[in-house]
Amino acid sequence: MNTSGGEITVHDKHVDYSGAKMGMWLFLFTELIFFGGMFLLYAVYRSSFPEEFYSTSAELHRTIGAVNTVVLITSSLTMACSITAVKKGDTRLSALFQLLTILFALTFLVVKYFEWEAKIGHGIYPGSEALTAQGQGKIIFYSLYFVMTGIHGVHVLAGIAVISVTMAMTLKNRINKGDYIRLENTGLYWHFVDIIWVYLFPLLYLIG
Amino acid sequence: MNSGQPAEAPQSFYYNTGKYRGVLSWVLSTDHKRIGILYLLSVGAFFLTGVTLGLLMRLELIAPGKTVVNASTYDSLFTLHGIIMIFFFIIPGIPASLGNFFLPLMIGARDVAFPRLNLLSWWFYIVAGFLALATVVMPGGPPDVGWTFYPPYSIRTTTSVSLAAFAAFVVGFSSILTGLNFITTIHRLRAPGMGWLRMPLFPWALYATSWVQVLATPVLAITVLLLILERSFGVGFFDPVKGGDPLMFQHLFWIYSHPAVYIMILPAMGIISEVIPVFSRKAVFGYKAIVISTMAIGVVGYLVWGHHMFTTGMSEEAQLVFSLITFIVAVPSGIKVFNWVSTMYRGSIVMAPPMLFSLAFIFLFSIGGLTGLVNASVAANVHIHDTYFIVAHFHYVMFGGTGFAFFAGLHYWFPKMFGRIYNVRAALIACVVMFIGFNLLYFPLFILGWNGMPRRYYDYLPLYQPLNVLSTIGSWVLAAGILVVVINLVRGAFRGDPAGSNPWDGTTLEWQVPTPPPAENFDVIPEITHGPYHREGKAQ
Ligand code: HEM
Repeated sequence: MNTSGGEITVHDKHVDYSGAKMGMWLFLFTELIFFGGMFLLYAVYRSSFPEEFYSTSAELHRTIGAVNTVVLITSSLTMACSITAVKKGDTRLSALFQLLTILFALTFLVVKYFEWEAKIGHGIYPGSEALTAQGQGKIIFYSLYFVMTGIHGVHVLAGIAVISVTMAMTLKNRINKGDYIRLENTGLYWHFVDIIWVYLFPLLYLIG
Repeated sequence: MNSGQPAEAPQSFYYNTGKYRGVLSWVLSTDHKRIGILYLLSVGAFFLTGVTLGLLMRLELIAPGKTVVNASTYDSLFTLHGIIMIFFFIIPGIPASLGNFFLPLMIGARDVAFPRLNLLSWWFYIVAGFLALATVVMPGGPPDVGWTFYPPYSIRTTTSVSLAAFAAFVVGFSSILTGLNFITTIHRLRAPGMGWLRMPLFPWALYATSWVQVLATPVLAITVLLLILERSFGVGFFDPVKGGDPLMFQHLFWIYSHPAVYIMILPAMGIISEVIPVFSRKAVFGYKAIVISTMAIGVVGYLVWGHHMFTTGMSEEAQLVFSLITFIVAVPSGIKVFNWVSTMYRGSIVMAPPMLFSLAFIFLFSIGGLTGLVNASVAANVHIHDTYFIVAHFHYVMFGGTGFAFFAGLHYWFPKMFGRIYNVRAALIACVVMFIGFNLLYFPLFILGWNGMPRRYYDYLPLYQPLNVLSTIGSWVLAAGILVVVINLVRGAFRGDPAGSNPWDGTTLEWQVPTPPPAENFDVIPEITHGPYHREGKAQ
């Protein structure tokens, strides 16, 4: 096994670890910039409507947001554990940790669903009459809230799908001690999704 | 496709169909050479579609008032023409077709780093292409907002803007995947001994381009995605009624779309930097200067987007800064032109088609670039904003620049790709015809714009007619030239004379492998011991 990068041959296949990792990092850059566009809008509109942003932020449910933050960060931990497990050669344990990660991710989405549901129940969603009747800052804040958490949620969903695949591959021993770059890259992606949330949480929930 | 296989090279990649047969051996292939050819054909098809739309517009503009199409059809025509030419021809054009085929060959690799992603990127491209074309038959009718999708109009119109925007989103993915793939390939797969400063200039250009693709395209993705959300759910980011700011769209859009201009031009410059030394029989002058200016363009190109928005009421400081940086970004391009000219100086120039196209490039690109400086100064910009001066400027840069470079590269590498050579005389004549047609078509537009004819209208004041007629005639001449090129190349691919492995006496690696290249490019990965333009027995 060669962890420092370089080229190794597994199953007669040419595998370039550093190359694969580099590709993943580049992909994460693109994701970062993709979200960056939304953070830019956030910055601009927050500076145009500071008061309304603070007061509207206070309408979000902080405790729920905090719980979700903990859930997601724990899922990052289990993801990291699954990689350590596979490095030690314990693929079953690794698969178990991946399953836990998926469960945490699902928890996050379910909580998010109820949060959205509550807002939508009060008639607050982009384009709704109740919202459009409000002040401009409030409209923009809620638009940002729904769009940013929504697109983040799609990323969580994608993460669940990808981790399900790596879990199956781990169980079939196609991800193993000698070749676990797919799992490692999935981990990178998953941590990225968490980090985005770590910024979303204070920016949306805690400025009130 | 298969009947085009040259008989003389049984080991060539045309014979290595992989797991599949027939068409599938192409559309499911992960061989970078096959994908390169797939891209070449698809990009070519979109180019011809775009040209047809352009010709239609020029025909409409032959006389004031309605000639062949009405106002709203004209709006759709320039929108589709713009979307096709930008997103489906000029951005993927060189990197995805010629780049795909030649990057691995030129750096001594067997393929790109991620062959399957490479194929995926082509599929994204094709799907996006169909989505864009599908707007024509959708209920709302084709989009009429211009390729720039500016709100608030793009939020209000009932034409199929969302679908077109989604097509731009998907083709953006294709572009990102190509960029990501090339960066990793260049970092990881250069042949042993090929240090960074022994890498040929076309790969260098692709390297800079790929970074811009990776770092700028996501901004486009989020921008058009937000536009779609705005249209479907009324989120309001760009809608003044809801507190949004349409100018934010313009900022985001140009944060992508100006760097995108360098996605278009850098690979073109890379091609010219390959062609000129080969046909001057000299090593390129100032290799390092070209490398540095390539990277400099990539970096500075990020910081100039505001010059598209001088008339939107941005602060004077912002105008000044954007204007200054825009002037600065012209410097590296100027350096390159000097390098090319110095390479030719005292070389023994061979006037083959690639060289002639390259000379046309230098001429047209210089006009395009220098008129860009006119746009860069705020005062002049206000005068010519949204006039035909701009239309002339960007056609000179994109078509006269990148388009002609694409043709130069195609004529240069054609023998390597297909194992046969086209009729050289016909190619030379076509190039001259294209050059004349091009200037007839676009030069009058500078004058019209300076005199105040606005862009994006199907109609104009009678006083502008003479130059418009001239321009329309030019479009026919240009089209005739393009037609000759296409016929000549297609004929050449199937019936041309066999080309040896190195017909132009090139020095870079792709000319050292058999023609057409074998499936895995190199039996033995070569050891690189000197720079790319080294000629035996010649002082450097
Ligand atoms: C024979 C070839 C071509 C002809 C006759 C042609 C003609 C035209 C015309 C008449 C317009 C509309 C001007 C207006 O009403 O504002 C236009 C716009 C445009 N063309 Fe071309 N063009 C050609 C090739 C190209 C190429 C090769 C490119 C890109 C590489 C290109 C990119 C554009 C773009 C981006 C626009 C602006 C569309 C918009 O306003 O949204 N064209 N062209």
